[in-house]
Amino acid sequence: MALLGLLLLTFMIGRVMPLDPVLAIVGPDADRATYEQVHKQLGLDRPLWVQFGRYLGDLVQGDLGRALLTGRPVTEDLARVLPATVELATLAILLGALLGVPLGVWAASHHKRWPDHVARIVGLAGHSTPVFWFGMMGLLVFYAWLGWAGGIGRIGLGFEGAIPRVTGLMLIDTLLAGDTAAFRSALRHLLLPACVLGLHSMAYLSRMTRSFMLAQLSQEYITTARVKGLSRRRVVWGHAFLNIRVQLLTILALAYGGLLEGAVLVETVFGWPGFGSYLTGSLLLGDMNAVMGSVLVIGLLFVALNLTADALYRVFDPRARA
Amino acid sequence: MTTSALPAPVGVFQAWRADAAATARKLLANPLTAVGVAVIALLVGVALFAPWIATHDPLRQQLDAALQPPSGAHWFGTDEFGRDVFSRLVHGTRITLFIVTLVTVVVGPLGMGIGVVSGYFGGRVDVLCMRVADVFLSFPSLVLALAFVAALGPGLDHAVLAIALTAWPPIARLARAEAMTLRNADFIVAAQLQGASHLRVLWRHLAPLCLPSVLVRLTMNMASVVLTAAGLGFLGLGAQPPLPEWGSMISEGRRYMLDSWWTVAAPGAAILAVSMAFNLLGDGLNDALDPRQSS
Repeated sequence: MALLGLLLLTFMIGRVMPLDPVLAIVGPDADRATYEQVHKQLGLDRPLWVQFGRYLGDLVQGDLGRALLTGRPVTEDLARVLPATVELATLAILLGALLGVPLGVWAASHHKRWPDHVARIVGLAGHSTPVFWFGMMGLLVFYAWLGWAGGIGRIGLGFEGAIPRVTGLMLIDTLLAGDTAAFRSALRHLLLPACVLGLHSMAYLSRMTRSFMLAQLSQEYITTARVKGLSRRRVVWGHAFLNIRVQLLTILALAYGGLLEGAVLVETVFGWPGFGSYLTGSLLLGDMNAVMGSVLVIGLLFVALNLTADALYRVFDPRARA
Repeated sequence: MTTSALPAPVGVFQAWRADAAATARKLLANPLTAVGVAVIALLVGVALFAPWIATHDPLRQQLDAALQPPSGAHWFGTDEFGRDVFSRLVHGTRITLFIVTLVTVVVGPLGMGIGVVSGYFGGRVDVLCMRVADVFLSFPSLVLALAFVAALGPGLDHAVLAIALTAWPPIARLARAEAMTLRNADFIVAAQLQGASHLRVLWRHLAPLCLPSVLVRLTMNMASVVLTAAGLGFLGLGAQPPLPEWGSMISEGRRYMLDSWWTVAAPGAAILAVSMAFNLLGDGLNDALDPRQSS
């Protein structure tokens, strides 16, 4: 049901686009007859619901139409750019979780004292930073001034095209090729955008972890454990933290979905040839099929991640099973 | 609280005023929230008096003074057309405030209306409203806003519309949840039994109680509106040049960033400060208005 709505919304967005798809194909110099012919060929003279039906029919067969820019089917294009985004987002969420979760636990176990305030400010700042600006500042400082990071793109220019594409994940492909220099180059290129993208998830995860932990730490079993003489550390990590693992997992899945949004901007800044660059590139060119296709796939991924979060919760928390 | 020392309020308005004053005192007692309020007050002040604060004309080009570093004459330097970055920032506050205000004015009543109606009536109305909200929630908001702007064509007004279209569902969800918990409360039933119409129950009894949480959410929402608007501007889909919108300023300065970092650093810092201020205020409001936390 929600799926159908999602499709309908994407379809409507594609249809009300002010750019004339016919004009994009035939060019401005075409005569009236050619225009009419293409107009008919594309099925644009039919009622909207017939067009929507055809759109659905094509979709079921995995056909999202052809991208004007590359001339290839949109599905093929998307499959090509997706691994780059997955690689970026996965490293970003790992960094975000490795920093954000301990920060949240630390804040909760020092509730209303200075670590709590520090975590609150870090979390809010991370939440309020324009991610594209942060990326540009990162490039300026770590690439232009310090020379630590690898600059834009996925890998150094010298390695471009030298690595056979197996998984599409640059880190794994370079390792499979056994080329350590290329691997290092890829890592240097990946690290900065991943940190920038991970900032948001770090902020989000630390805030959520903090509130989950606070809820646990105020319960009686914690007091009991402390009274029995267990160390603070043991109680925080060994008792309270174990109890929020399920909640954290679901939040992690949601945060991964949120990364899709940041990726659009971060990829533009870093010239990262992923999903976000593809979407914005086709947007600016008015490539309707490509835009509709990418938006739809992002929506589907987003919904899938939300459902995964729900499912994880059911599987791991016995109380949620009805 | 010292409210017991005050004379008992007479009339709704006076009670509301005493309430608001107490909330304001509570808010400003938190230093972080006070900082947020101060930054927002500064933003509003600058936007009101922009022509008097700006040192230069934000649109006037002076090509012989292009890309100059910060100095006494140009506090934040100049951009590639020799326009004064500080003056552009100052005038940009109007655009930022315009977007935030307009989106909030549209989204607040809309989201709250849909949510309260949906939660109060339940049943089919509820299913319908929430399904529509679900569809909008199934895209990351920036991506959906991007798609809307692509469909409508780039521009400031369309950006506002696109952001508003993506921002109402969370508000509606929240208002619905509040309305559902109150729907069967005794005072609502009492009002209904006295013959109050649905409209009256919704407007006089339910909506005021949903207001605090919706306000908190709207304030936090303003922070993300600032960010989304800047993101759209950065991608060239929001405010169009030569308007001094902060996101598009960053996008214009991008090519010259390596040598002239100030063209990018200054507007970005402004976006960060404003977005942070709204988040601080939202956080503070959350603490001050949440009856569960006040002890």
